[in-house]
Amino acid sequence: MMRSILFALILFGAILGIALPARSAQTFNPEISLDGLFSAATFSDPDHLQFGAHDPNKRGFTLQNLELTLAGNVDPYFRGEAHLIFGLEDGESFIEVEEAFLTTLSLPYGLQIMGGQFFTRFGRQNPLHPHAWDFADQNIINTLMFGGDGLRSPGIQLSALLPLPFYLELIGSAQNAEGETATSFLFAPGETFAGRPILERDVHDEGDLLYLSRIKTSLDLSESVTLVAGTSHLFGPNGTGENTSTRIHGVDLFVKWKPLTADHGWPFVTFQGEAMRRSYEAGEATLDDGTVLSGEKFKTDGFYIQSLYGFKRRWVAGIRYEQADATDPVDPASGERWRASSNLTFYPSEFSKIRLQYNYDKSDDRDDPIHAVFIQYEFLIGAHGAHTF
Amino acid sequence: MRPIYLIASFLLILQIARPVEAAPVNVVTTTEDLAAIAKEVGGERVEVESLAKGVQDPHFIEAKPSFMLKLARADLFVQVGLELEQAWVGPLLLGARNGKIRSGAPGFVDASRGITALEVPTEPIDRSAGDVHLQGNPHIWLDPMNGKQIARNIAEGLKRVDPKGAAEYDRNLAGFSTRIDAALSRWQEKMKPFEGAKVITYHNSWPYFLKRFGLVAAGYIEPKPGIPSSTSHMRELIALIPREQVKGILMEPYFSDQAPKFLAEKTGAKVVPLPPSVSASAGVNDYFELFDHLTNRLAEALR
Ligand SMILES: [Zn+2]
Repeated sequence: MMRSILFALILFGAILGIALPARSAQTFNPEISLDGLFSAATFSDPDHLQFGAHDPNKRGFTLQNLELTLAGNVDPYFRGEAHLIFGLEDGESFIEVEEAFLTTLSLPYGLQIMGGQFFTRFGRQNPLHPHAWDFADQNIINTLMFGGDGLRSPGIQLSALLPLPFYLELIGSAQNAEGETATSFLFAPGETFAGRPILERDVHDEGDLLYLSRIKTSLDLSESVTLVAGTSHLFGPNGTGENTSTRIHGVDLFVKWKPLTADHGWPFVTFQGEAMRRSYEAGEATLDDGTVLSGEKFKTDGFYIQSLYGFKRRWVAGIRYEQADATDPVDPASGERWRASSNLTFYPSEFSKIRLQYNYDKSDDRDDPIHAVFIQYEFLIGAHGAHTF
Repeated sequence: MRPIYLIASFLLILQIARPVEAAPVNVVTTTEDLAAIAKEVGGERVEVESLAKGVQDPHFIEAKPSFMLKLARADLFVQVGLELEQAWVGPLLLGARNGKIRSGAPGFVDASRGITALEVPTEPIDRSAGDVHLQGNPHIWLDPMNGKQIARNIAEGLKRVDPKGAAEYDRNLAGFSTRIDAALSRWQEKMKPFEGAKVITYHNSWPYFLKRFGLVAAGYIEPKPGIPSSTSHMRELIALIPREQVKGILMEPYFSDQAPKFLAEKTGAKVVPLPPSVSASAGVNDYFELFDHLTNRLAEALR
């Protein structure tokens, strides 16, 4: 099966290669930029619940994300893009390949192939780099489903923009399912899931990969109001058995109002929401002490809604409400958890920001809520970052 | 989950949904000014649409998904260039997946080609100087002579994607250039009494226009490109206006009128709202009407 997919893709590529006339490639200098995202944080309880790897997750100062981006057209057929992350942990520096992929520029029929290491295009939040987040920290539900780093892996993606009167994009991808950037699949934080040890599973066939299908649509409700909506479905193996699998379904909605005559992009209002449900099929397991656990299905769901109001040039106020059913075997919090956040961001220019955020975080297993305050600051040097919608 | 079925159904849908080849050449431009010129050059053979509306600031356009769809169907794409659209055109072109119009392809036109850009930084510069355009000031369409070069660039693009129309495009281009030459002497005649007159502009959008018509920018409301005015900068402008005998404060309609109005109140200089683009104002429906309107408004305001 695996071989037949690969063969189909290679054949496909070969056909397209033939169909493309040879043209002289223009050479460009790569676009280079460096984005630094730092924060200062304080929590009412040092044992708080910020699990995102790019969250301000300790009292004091955190380097949230230092990202070097290199991008440019490779030749007339491909664009290449790489995002390298430099991090600091307990005084030690490290480097991570966050994303590195190429995208085809000119396949016929509205098709596009992306290959390399990339964020899975599930919903709106998962593919975003931390400096593009509207809040200082990652959503609870995203962290719960996709881990501290978000869901990303080496793989290939095929997408199509359909020739319809409105925007409809179909996206399908196949990626590796292992490693800590594939939480919910062949990786569980803590090496066990619901008491079951996580097995080492190699890729035997196509069933060991992680598959995404996504439908994304967009409508301009008026000249100043645009809507984007999508559904995403993920399917992949998990590490609690030889044939156990996980499915995650999500819906997302984004609406933006901005008058045509906006002054430097202000004012504007956005509304965004995502809801996800995971069905995790845990396998049978015999533990070291002889206990036998039978096969079981675990369901987890949650959502967030958020709204931003760019009320005055350079100023944006945001509110976010989140809820997750944290009876999840991988979540250290248990019971229902909800969190309300508000923030205020000042943009001295397009290349810097300063953000103040407050979180009220309540979970069933704690008597007291956790209060958190973040001050976040960002700088961007180098190539002008593109503004995606 | 059978991914091969997913791919197969993808291809099936695409086959069914394949569009019928439309007859006119489909031209998509980033701005209304380019669209107006493309209509002059393309005539009957083309259908032209602009992504940005004339009332919008071309630096700050949303990369809406519906724009990708328009670009996906385009035979020719025209951008101003000189980094004017760099914050939003890249993602649109990539999302459009249209090989015909990717940069370097025959259907891609950079309107600034062959135009001598003003204000190209001559010494090392960084962003402490604001959001400067390193390739020079991109507001090139505001000089009618540049309009002729833009028309030439578009005609070349049209001939590449529609060689059958070459004769017609050449004819239209020649006609457009002749009409620009005639109109230019009329516009210059009208502006002659104001030669050397000083104005303040909001953003540095007018250097091509001012140079062509003999006006001088004595200052800008933005202390640095893209940076909002501070109180100290306003104080400087209040002192500068009487000293330099500034006659008018030119303002693009999409900027807040707060600072220009404040300056006018303090100094008696006149705020002159000026549309920098076709369709940004009533009665400004083509490239000629744009300069008719601009020269009329200025002649009136500076009198
Ligand atoms: Zn910009």
